[in-house]
Amino acid sequence: MHKIDELFKKDLKVINIGLESFSKDLKEQEVPVVQMDWRPRAGGNKKLASLLDRLK
Amino acid sequence: MIRLEVRKNSYYDSVTLMLISKEVKNVEGVVDVLVGMGTELNKELSENLGLGSPELKEVSPNDFFVTAEIENEAVMAEVIKKVDELLNEKKTSSGSDFKPATLKSAMEMMPDANMAVVSIAGQYAEEEVDRLLDQDLNVMLFSDNVSVEAELKLKKKAVEKGLLMMGPDCGTAIINGIPLAFANVVKKGPIGIVGASGTGTQEVSAMIDKLGSGCSQVIGTGGRDLKSEIGGLMMIQGFDALVRDPETKVIVLISKPPAPEVAEKILKKVAETDKPVVVDFIGGDMEAIKKSGAVPCLTLEDTAYKAVALAKGNEPVDFVGFSQEISEIDQLVADKVGNLKPEQKNFRGLYTGGTLADEAMKMLGQTIEGIYSNIPLSPEYAIENLSEVTGHVCLDLGEDQFTVGRPHPMIDPSTRADRFKTDIDDSVAVALMDVVIGYGSHEDPAGELAKSIREIKKNLKNQVVFVASITGTEGDPQDLKHSQKVLEDEGVVVMPSNAQAVRFVQKVMNHVLAKEAK
Repeated sequence: MHKIDELFKKDLKVINIGLESFSKDLKEQEVPVVQMDWRPRAGGNKKLASLLDRLK
Repeated sequence: MIRLEVRKNSYYDSVTLMLISKEVKNVEGVVDVLVGMGTELNKELSENLGLGSPELKEVSPNDFFVTAEIENEAVMAEVIKKVDELLNEKKTSSGSDFKPATLKSAMEMMPDANMAVVSIAGQYAEEEVDRLLDQDLNVMLFSDNVSVEAELKLKKKAVEKGLLMMGPDCGTAIINGIPLAFANVVKKGPIGIVGASGTGTQEVSAMIDKLGSGCSQVIGTGGRDLKSEIGGLMMIQGFDALVRDPETKVIVLISKPPAPEVAEKILKKVAETDKPVVVDFIGGDMEAIKKSGAVPCLTLEDTAYKAVALAKGNEPVDFVGFSQEISEIDQLVADKVGNLKPEQKNFRGLYTGGTLADEAMKMLGQTIEGIYSNIPLSPEYAIENLSEVTGHVCLDLGEDQFTVGRPHPMIDPSTRADRFKTDIDDSVAVALMDVVIGYGSHEDPAGELAKSIREIKKNLKNQVVFVASITGTEGDPQDLKHSQKVLEDEGVVVMPSNAQAVRFVQKVMNHVLAKEAK
């Protein structure tokens, strides 16, 4: 089945990356949400980030 | 003197920090201050504000900094104390749940996650969204400043995988009845929407609720989806999903006028479905829409009226009037224009919602010649100097020139409060505003607008006619009725939709222009 059709049939479960207020709003509506503690990879250093990618 | 404090490897989101900057400015002895992450954008902004320093140039995007111009050395301690206090407040209010640092551990915590909402700085978004799609997650990408190339790549991937990739710059969606980011609490119902315009989609979905119907799904696409480069990938993906969805009986498509070949592609799809389709290509080619078998619309409100009529099995008819009796409206107009002085000739629109501002100008273009704007209908009416506005003016305060270093005016009403002080003077006959409530928005935008109106009235000799509409529903956290009452108590004429508010303004301006012609 198409994945969007599956989404429409199930309860929404959200991973939130960024503004925490969006998580707060979802929690208020009793929607399960995981807030990520996101920060730029390798401290925003592009060179280091590409090195990390190669390690994967 | 300029002082800087840097904390290595402490990450906070941009809206939190912008709101903190605003509060810390009120500390006594502070001339100006910027609290932010050490991104190139924030470093540049600090330079422009005269808050730069050689040390600041060295900080990384992962470092948190406070740079302040202060009157004496002792003030910096107060600034830091206030910043810490506010950061702690935010921490407590966001709860003490464990927050995973990687997507892998987030997926372990929630293996059946089916949606990701992404609102990190645009430059990092492509990489993260790509990973989310790899995990078969549908994505709402709220961030802007994502390149067209990245958008195309991510949307192609989503289409291949049969997923939603709403955005970038997607402000609103309602999936399975749950409002995401900036959205209203809309009843469940038979109308499915795919929208490429945030506040436009909010206005239509909220109006559907006000008219007693509801929405099955509201899918956002981001504003660029119907440009040639993207080719309407997500509008088509969303449209197809709504065609398959048994809960959706009527489909609504909303966008600013698409690229002609994209419009053609979408309308071809529309012609193939048996479900009734209502299309609002705001100011676009209505004949082409009719030819496809879809119902074209005059305004966002008209879109909602037609969708609700079709959902109820009725014939859709143009809605061009007022919800109230016309005699009552005309009486109200007469009462208001009776107080206008001959020097009150100008119109001012101060909008937080871009599509609502655009709709206002398109409708008013029939009455008022030459409305100056930062999003003008034609280039000759572009405002060059925003610090000096004259004549008829309508502003979209959510555009970049107003949001550098501060959150969108739907979150932070101070942008409009400041424009009130510069733009509303004794030459103004009528001022038109939008109030967008719902999740994501400020906790009391109507109260803040009422405060601005109360303040400006003290400085005015003349009585300006204030007209507003509220985009929202009874279910919204801010309470639609309360918001309306707060504005009416301040003498504001509150109309049920942006279109009706504009029509009211038209009537006022007709009087003004007739008087001028005499």
